[in-house]
This record gives sequence, structure tokens and C-alpha cells, in this order.
Amino acid sequence: MSSINPTPAFSADTLEVVHSLIKRYPEGKHKSALLPILHLAQAEFGGWLSAPTMDYVATILNIQAIEVYEVASFYSMYNLKPVGKCLIELCHTAPCWLRGAEDIAGHLEKKLNIQFGETTPDGMFTLKRVECLGSCGTAPMFQCGAVFYEDLTNEKVDTILTDLRTANVQSSYVDSDTFRRN
Amino acid sequence: MGKKLLLEHLNVPGIQTLQVYREKGGYKSVEKALNQMTPEAIVEEVKKSGLRGRGGAGFPTGMKWSFLAKPEGKARYLVCNADESEPGTFKDRFLMEKIPHALIEGMITSSVALGANTAYIYVRGEYFYIIKILEKAIAEAYAAGWLGQNILGTGYNLDMYVQAGAGAYICGEETALLESLEGKRGNPRMKPPFPAIAGLYACPTVVNNVETIAAVVPIINMGGDEYAKIGVGKSTGTKLISAGGNINKPGVYEIDLGITVEEFLYSDEYCGGIANGKKLKACIPGGSSVPIVPGHLLLNTLAGEKRLMTYESLSDGGFVSGSMLGSGGFFVYDEDASIPYSLYTLARFYHHESCGQCSPCREGTGWLERILKRMVIDGQGKLSDIDLLAEVAKKIEGNTICPLGDAAAWPVAAAIRHFRHEFEWYVNNPHEVAKIKNGKLNAPIPHPLYEMV
Ligand SMILES: Cc1cc2nc3c(=O)[nH]c(=O)nc-3n(C[C@H](O)[C@H](O)[C@H](O)COP(=O)(O)O)c2cc1C
Ligand code: FES
Repeated sequence: MSSINPTPAFSADTLEVVHSLIKRYPEGKHKSALLPILHLAQAEFGGWLSAPTMDYVATILNIQAIEVYEVASFYSMYNLKPVGKCLIELCHTAPCWLRGAEDIAGHLEKKLNIQFGETTPDGMFTLKRVECLGSCGTAPMFQCGAVFYEDLTNEKVDTILTDLRTANVQSSYVDSDTFRRN
Repeated sequence: MGKKLLLEHLNVPGIQTLQVYREKGGYKSVEKALNQMTPEAIVEEVKKSGLRGRGGAGFPTGMKWSFLAKPEGKARYLVCNADESEPGTFKDRFLMEKIPHALIEGMITSSVALGANTAYIYVRGEYFYIIKILEKAIAEAYAAGWLGQNILGTGYNLDMYVQAGAGAYICGEETALLESLEGKRGNPRMKPPFPAIAGLYACPTVVNNVETIAAVVPIINMGGDEYAKIGVGKSTGTKLISAGGNINKPGVYEIDLGITVEEFLYSDEYCGGIANGKKLKACIPGGSSVPIVPGHLLLNTLAGEKRLMTYESLSDGGFVSGSMLGSGGFFVYDEDASIPYSLYTLARFYHHESCGQCSPCREGTGWLERILKRMVIDGQGKLSDIDLLAEVAKKIEGNTICPLGDAAAWPVAAAIRHFRHEFEWYVNNPHEVAKIKNGKLNAPIPHPLYEMV
């Protein structure tokens, strides 16, 4: 779990992307950039959205902090609490269940010795159950950051967990290149 | 083998790039639309094609386009719905990943028809790797002059942007999508006004599914009449089906509308039959929001006719013995899959995804989940719970701003109608429930009775 900067500020690189995002919408409609900017903020400030982070985003868009809170609390991809370095999001909806998602769920819990909704004591992994990720044909599956791990078996899960532990990087959905056009 | 209109060049190396896509005839529909056709003529071709929305509701696309208001001095928008979150559906992801320019080209041609100068593609946030692919494709299209100012020297301008969602099924509902695109919570709006009158930023807006927009390309290239020759009756053209569940060959298939369900399910060209030598028990053929049908009613209608993969045939028999083509999310249950458990996962889904605006949906989906949980997980169901489920579902249906409530209610009624004995089995065998917590009714648990094929 990374510590959070009490007064967050985007890097110059990210700020440039933020400003290009705002230009994607008509004059006065800059609030439209809120969702992508929150993704960037979550990626840059430790994998979750703290109150200072959300306040900072509000100042960038010149909107009320409450407008940011109400959006951040609506969407499931924004974490309002700290998460482990690797957030494992296992799909458990019917099509994935048909192909064995619950067996993978059991294996993950056993292997990491935590329940879903918990984080390993070393702060490395958090287990989360999520709804259909559009990967039903390659089920069972989980997502970690932007990566889809598909057609899972227990053996495959073991390898993935080892690799993630070795790589030891904060999982995130976006990087500042995601929205860049070059 | 059917005609492939959307996936024809799927296996061409490099088809993700503009260069190869163009070599294979890409962007011709844009040339045709801008150089040889009026916007009205494009709309007319789409009308003639009989194309129906591929997002789930099946509304005729040409008609939707003709409703777009055109007040002076107001911007018009095309918004592509790439939220794809209906359980069982993964075709849009496949198309955008494999042939991104098919969507970009369709967006341009459609924007010309609608007179839109700005177009957004709203992609569910979980698909960030797809967003990267689309951003790259859009950049290529700008660089080659297919987007931007004065396209093909015609004076037509078009800007295109990708917007990322952040995890909310409800944002697939078009007005919730527009709210989200405006940077708000995804709460569906009351209709009217419809987006065609007041959509994005209160301007006239058309929202279409990824596949619908991609289908505009072959329609303009071959002509609406030619396109309408494929298919049966009012189900024209080809359709991408996401095939999943207990089958041998899960994946995305482009079919001619009108092939039999039997061919789709059993032929090696498509699903390749039920996996592991098991029997077919049931199927949800159009995404989780459509009724489940038992195997025999999937393959044949109640009247004994072969069921076809069309809007009409799949809904033959209404909700009593039929289902719907919906989004084309076709997932199959083998003999081991517990229908009450499946329903539990779906109730949990709708409860999680209800936006919370309307109390019948917010509260009702919660009750459905809790009643099913105590039945299939805790082994504490009562016989009266079965009717209670149906009753709660009835009270949600029709009483909400958007159709998510209906989508949550419909699967309940169908599951109980066709598989009541399975629900009763859970109630009558509470001590067995702990053994089948993963919802697979494997031996030694005796199977309830159902007709299997
Ligand atoms: C709860 C709900 C979820 C929906 N999800 C999607 C979706 O993920 N993708 C989609 O294209 N349409 C979805 N729709 C349908 C859209 O509201 C809309 O009808 C569609 O985008 C119109 O495009 P089409 O006419 O091209 O199908 C959803 C509808 C509801 C009520
Ligand atoms: S149900 Fe898991 S990806 Fe669709």
C-alpha cells in the first residue's frame, strides 16, 4: 500500500494529458473530463482516491468537491480505500460461473490466505469480486490493472501470482500514454 | 458458410493498421458517402437495409436516424455505445480489438449521414487496452485525413474522441451513458425528451451500438437492398454472436441471421456442441436480461418448428416459451448447472448495478439477491420463497425509469416457470446445499427432473 501524498499534484507529463483531455469537449463542458482524470489520479496517487486527491481534481476542473465525490462513489473502478499493489478483480457473473469461476475464487483465497475483500498482510494483493468484464468466452478470468488474464486454471493462477509478485508494481488501468495520440 | 461482412478480413495480418485496412477496401464507404451521396440518401440506404440496433433493443437504425432533430445553430452528436456490460456479451470488444478501423469508418460514414461534427466513443473503463487501440486508430485516421478539417476536400469536418467509463453496467443505457459522458453519475434520464431531441449537452444525439455502426460500412458499400437480402423477414444482415458457457468452442461468430439455433449450437463452424460430452439443459440466448429457455424450447418452438437465430423466431412464444435475440450474448448451461444458482448470480449482478434512483429496482433487486442467497448458499429457503421471488420481480417490472428493472425481473419469472422443481429441490434438501456451493449439481446430488437434449 503506497503512502499518499497529502497535497497531491500531477506530474508535468500527466498535466499535459489532463489539459488535452479537457479540450475534447465543447467550451464550458470540461466536467466531461472528470472520469478520465479520476482514472489518471488513481493511477498516479497510489491506486486509490483519497479525499485530498479528489479535492485536487475538483480544483483542476474548477468544480465543487462534492461533484467529484458523487462520481467517484458511483463507479466501481474507483477505489475509495487503499488497495494492495495488485488488485485482482475476479468476474463471478453467470457466464464465468458456468466455466468455473468459483473454483478459481476458492483457489485464490487458499493460495493468498485471504478472503475476497481483503488484502494480504504484505500489501501485495487485494481480492475483489466484480461483475461481467466482457470476457465470458475466455472464462474464467480476472483483471489486474489493464490486463485481462483469461482461460484460467489453478496452475495458471499460480504462475500469474508469482509473476505479479516478482514484477512488484502498482497495478493501474491507465498510464499517461493511454490517452495520447502518437 | 455464411457471408462475412464485419469479420471478412479478421485473419489478415496487420488488419489493425490503417494501411492494411485500406488495402482491403477500407474507408470506401466514407468516399462514397462524401463524394456521391447526400446525407438523406445515406439514411435512406440504412432504412432499406432493415438494420436493427445491435445493442439489444433491436430498434430500426434508419428510423432512429430519421428522428434526429436538426434545429439551426445547434450541434448534433453521434455517440457510440461501447459500454458492453450485458453479461454474456463480448462481441464489441472483439470487433474493436481486431478491426478497430471498422468502427472508426462506420463512425465517420454515420456522422456524415447525421450531420454531426463531433463523435464520441464511450468505452467501458475495464476495456482500457481497447481504448489504447482505438486512440491509435483514430490518430492514424487523423494523420491520413479521414478525420479533422475538410475531409476529402469536401468541407466536411469531424472530430472523434474516445471516452472512458469507470465500471457501471447502467452506463450502457443510453441516457445514463450521456450523463456519464457529461461527467456525472450514470443515472438514466426520464424520456421524453429522447436523445434525438435533447441528448448530449441537451443537443440532438444519436446513440448506437458498436456493431450497429460498423454494419453501416457494408450497407453503404453494397447498398441497403443487397444487405437486406441476407437474413429472414425483419431480421436482415449478419450478426455477431458472443457464444459462451458450457460449449466446446466459445468465441465470437458472425452469422447470417436466419440459421437454425441447432446449427449454431452443434456445428463445428460455430459452438461445436456441448462441452465434456454433457447434455444441453438450458440457454440464455441474448444476454443476461432475456429469459432463460430450456434446451428443447431453445431448439424448437412450442409449435415444433425449428427455432432460427432471428429476432422473431427467438421471441416466438413470448416470455412463456420463448426468449429474445437481445445483444446476442448466447450462453449455454449443461446438465450440471444449477438454474437457481445461476439466477442468484444474476440477481446479485442487477442489485450491484442498480443505480439506485428508483426504489422498486434499488430495493427489489436487493430482496431478490437476499432471498436467493438464503436458498442456494445458506440452505434456508422456504417453499413460499419461490412465489415471493416471482412477486418481487413483478413489482419491479414496469415501475422504473429505465429498463434495468425489467431486465432484473424477467430472468426470475422465466427461471421459475421452466425450472420450478430445481428451486423446490433446494428448499427440500437443505442439508445437501452446503455440498454444492459452487452451483454445480454434480453427482452424488440427484438431479431434479428436467427435459434434456
Ligand atoms: C440497463 C441497460 C444496459 C444497456 N447496455 C448496453 C450496452 O452495453 N451496449 C449497447 O450498445 N446498448 C446497451 N443498452 C441499450 C441502449 O440503451 C441503446 O438502446 C443502444 O445503445 C442503442 O443502440 P442500437 O440501436 O445501435 O442498439 C442497454 C440498455 C439498458 C436498459
Ligand atoms: S461473465 Fe465474466 S466476463 Fe462475462
